[in-house]
Amino acid sequence: MSAPSPVRSHTARALRDVVFVDGVRTPFGKAVPTGLYAETRADDLVVRVIRELLRRHPELPPERVDEVAIAATTQIGDQGLTIGRTAALLAGLPNTVPGFAIDRMCAGAMTAVTTLGSGIAFGAYDVAIAGGVEHMGHHPMGEGVDPNPRFLSEKLVDSSALVMGQTAENLHDRYPAITKERADAFAAASQAKYAAALAEGSIAADLVPVAIRSTDRGYGLASADEPPRPGTSVSDLAALKTPFRIHGRVTAGNAAGLNDGATGCILAAENVAEELGLPRAMRLVGYGFVGVEPEVMGVGPVPSTEKALRNTGLSIEDIGLFELNEAFAVQVLAFLDHFGITDDDARVNPWGGAIAVGHPLASSGVRLMTQLARHFAARPDVRYGLTAMCIGIGMGGSVIWENPAYDGGSP
Amino acid sequence: MTRADAPPAAPGAEVVTRALVRYVAVPGLSGEVALITLDNGLDHTRPSTFGLAGLSSLDSALDDIEARTPKVRAIAVTGKPFIFAVGADLSGVPQITTREKAVEIGALGHRVFCRFKDSTVPTFAFVNGAAMGGGLELALHCHFRSLSAAAAAIALPECFLGLLPGWGGTQLLPNLIGVDKAVTVIIENALNQNRMLKAKQALQFGIADVMFKPADFLEESLRWLGSVVSDPSQVIRPEIERGDTWAAALARGKAIADMKSGGHAPAPYRALRLLALAENGTEAETFAAGTAAEDEALAGLLMTEELRAGLYSFDLVQKRAKRPAGAPDASLARPVTKVGIVGAGLMASQLAMLFIQRLEVPVVLTDVDQSRVDKGVGYVHTEIDKLLQKRRVSPDKVNRLKGLVSGSLTKDEFADADFVIEAVFEEMGLKQTVFAEVEAVVSPQCVLATNTSSLSVTEMAARLQHPERVVGFHFFNPVAVLPLLEVVRAESTDDATLATAFAVGKTLRKSCVLVKDAPAFVFNRLVTRALGEVIGAVDDGTPFEVADRAVSELGLPLSPFILLQLVGPAVALHTAESLHAAFPDRFGASPGLRALVAAGKAGVYTWSADGQPSVDIEVAALWPQGDTPLTEAEVLDRARSALAEEIRILLDDGVVAAPQDVDLCLLLGGGWAFWNGGITPYLDRTGVSEKVTGRRFLESGLASLPD
Repeated sequence: MSAPSPVRSHTARALRDVVFVDGVRTPFGKAVPTGLYAETRADDLVVRVIRELLRRHPELPPERVDEVAIAATTQIGDQGLTIGRTAALLAGLPNTVPGFAIDRMCAGAMTAVTTLGSGIAFGAYDVAIAGGVEHMGHHPMGEGVDPNPRFLSEKLVDSSALVMGQTAENLHDRYPAITKERADAFAAASQAKYAAALAEGSIAADLVPVAIRSTDRGYGLASADEPPRPGTSVSDLAALKTPFRIHGRVTAGNAAGLNDGATGCILAAENVAEELGLPRAMRLVGYGFVGVEPEVMGVGPVPSTEKALRNTGLSIEDIGLFELNEAFAVQVLAFLDHFGITDDDARVNPWGGAIAVGHPLASSGVRLMTQLARHFAARPDVRYGLTAMCIGIGMGGSVIWENPAYDGGSP
Repeated sequence: MTRADAPPAAPGAEVVTRALVRYVAVPGLSGEVALITLDNGLDHTRPSTFGLAGLSSLDSALDDIEARTPKVRAIAVTGKPFIFAVGADLSGVPQITTREKAVEIGALGHRVFCRFKDSTVPTFAFVNGAAMGGGLELALHCHFRSLSAAAAAIALPECFLGLLPGWGGTQLLPNLIGVDKAVTVIIENALNQNRMLKAKQALQFGIADVMFKPADFLEESLRWLGSVVSDPSQVIRPEIERGDTWAAALARGKAIADMKSGGHAPAPYRALRLLALAENGTEAETFAAGTAAEDEALAGLLMTEELRAGLYSFDLVQKRAKRPAGAPDASLARPVTKVGIVGAGLMASQLAMLFIQRLEVPVVLTDVDQSRVDKGVGYVHTEIDKLLQKRRVSPDKVNRLKGLVSGSLTKDEFADADFVIEAVFEEMGLKQTVFAEVEAVVSPQCVLATNTSSLSVTEMAARLQHPERVVGFHFFNPVAVLPLLEVVRAESTDDATLATAFAVGKTLRKSCVLVKDAPAFVFNRLVTRALGEVIGAVDDGTPFEVADRAVSELGLPLSPFILLQLVGPAVALHTAESLHAAFPDRFGASPGLRALVAAGKAGVYTWSADGQPSVDIEVAALWPQGDTPLTEAEVLDRARSALAEEIRILLDDGVVAAPQDVDLCLLLGGGWAFWNGGITPYLDRTGVSEKVTGRRFLESGLASLPD
């Protein structure tokens, strides 16, 4: 074999535009013994997602997929064994397609996207699949963790830092203007927006039905989200307990639940998407990840968004649509207050958010992106959108996207 | 998943397959779909079957679905992981003691399954795994079928057992895929050692409308269901040819049944009669007539001796063959990490190939000259290359397997072997010398096995320092094909040696039967005895064709003289003479057979250009015959009386533990008939055992209709 001649020299490297082609997710389930996926494997959820992406895009030859990155927070059992690689094999991708597992807690799938997107821009990949899964029923948060005792002995973090509900209470402490009433109102609106989107058929398009087996009930088909509680009122929410602090503000109603689910998306270099005839739903503009005090991890999206705006030369006024992960209502409200956006701004989470639909930790980032992509298609008047989320152990992640369908108009 | 809380079933009690119903929303289809899962609560090693309670559960599920408002859009049925359903619960057959009871179970199955056929909403079978017998028949009653590409076994094996597909199979299958393919599935495959269709073949046959990958089989099946409910015209079925095509296929089926059973197994013929009836189609009225005929036929067969013997045979090969009677505790077995084979002839080379393929340990062949050694190793290499051509192994695996075989002129290479088998010429002195030479090289624990077919293993071991490590390991030719392995315990064989032999046999995927060291062991002794009677009848003056035809009822896969030709007259003579030497009263020495061998004849028949055998006139001339010819009935009586006598002696001498082991040897070693249960059920039901030995071999009801 003769030595390969370098295709491009490092001095002349040109970055390529990266597009989000399409995203799908499984319906989200409740992480309880009677939940949708109680007897369904986490890796099988990922397999369904990958196969559905390939089924929806026959124009993508499977062997052209250059990488599969799948996020999971707890990478053991049915979420272990290098899940990006094993899920790719189980999904029937050629064994020449590599894969890996990735973890940044709640922002796992988001990080899968930014990592593979960067690899595409750099020229290492043409097409990649990024996604995430969390089966919190099989793997409760914190399963098998062994925190280093130095965290507490050296006061590196407060003892509340690993209990996400407590960090949310801490955030209420920091921003007294964010009251329980505001949080509950935001939560009720999230439920209502989700219910409206479901009723108009917007949600179903993103879903991959999953065959689910129960030894007692036989096979069924998961084809709708299990967590939403349509019709939830502010007064319903006011009556809930505050499990993280006596007389606290954070309840099961103004926070995302414990959920099972998987997401995935196809990313491609824009020129490759053109070559293969793949749709271009969103163009990656830039992103930022930033660390904050772990005790108030929910504030993370504020500095990460500042960073992403700085990196891209955009300002918050340029953003026409927001998909913000609702781990806790307080954390979204802190973001909105910081950027001077009202609680009920129509640009924010038009179909509701994690408070309604659920938050299977590492999978959620791609759900935000998939929904933003749908909004973009319907809103050619919007040029830029933001997906952002807070991340356990004190981080924020923000990704800015451009709408390829933007027609030059203004909202 | 096996549920830990499932109580152990009482022997003979039905393991109930429950029909679990869920109502699911299928994207793109308004309303609900009823999804039935067939699940007996145990894992895939205990496939779901239908007994009375299972059928009732399915019936109730349909009641529940019919009562649902608003009405469901479709009904789909699938199975637990890896299994759709594998047919009737045969463990209940011994409890069927009357024809009425037999009709009842047939009719219940028909009534419940027919609800899928008659349903006013579309019905679907999602065949996710093995679908056999009644399981496949349930699927055939549905209006549409999807099939998982991973479904391992699709079959209607009833005729193999002595039954027929009497839950609609004989009527529905030919009208779905055409009668010729139906004959292939119902007659040819079933009688061809129960051959099964793989998913791809079943799809090509038209048994399923569509096939999906296993990764998302159920999801894709439901999606397909949604589109078919919206537009059923997308499912296209072939036009079924009737008339001459029908008659020709039935004639082909009869020819197969004649060839495989010689007319002695009733099941395939009755199935063919039902297939003839199916030409009328499956409209409600004709289908009712067809299924009523199935009930009658099935009830008739359930109450036949042949079926009871068939189920006994099935149980032997499924269960007893896997747990050999009398084998020592498996934990006593020693690991085998290298194998030596003395000899490099054809038998030795076949053994080398088998050991390499299954044990995947180094195998050394030794022989006296280099060219024989090279030929032996070359044979193995050629066989490995054939596996590559058939894509049974990867190129890497070829390298690995070829690297395992080597040849040597000295036995020094055996020094670190744990198992050495000899396959040299059948001569006691030679074999004793070989074992002594091997013993000089190997460890004291190394097992020394002999593939002798007729010599005393005890005598072979007698002069060794460690006779306790010698065991007989009697394969049947062709080694790769025939599943029987007689494991011979010599007088001094110890348990560890025997356990190691059984462990090796199991890894070689052979069905081991433990036999005591006795002349020609079991299979060859019985075949030689029966053949000896046929040959003796010819010696007495019976025409060859008459003698040859007379014993077809015994269920040998080939007639005695065809078998003789296949085995080779010299080999047969050798065994016959050694048995004659051991038991001159019972095993004759045929001057005719000697003359045949002396003349170098391949057999008594010559074949015409179109494959018809006739007695070679030269053989007729050289074979001295007496002037007391026997009738067919007399020849049969002599042969089966001799078998009964010989089996009684084998049992009384403790050569095998039970009549079941005799039958297992005949079923697996030579493909004797399932419907005869090997042979002892046949000898019992014809009264021969009682007449000759004063008693039955098996208690009534075990392999026969209860009294």
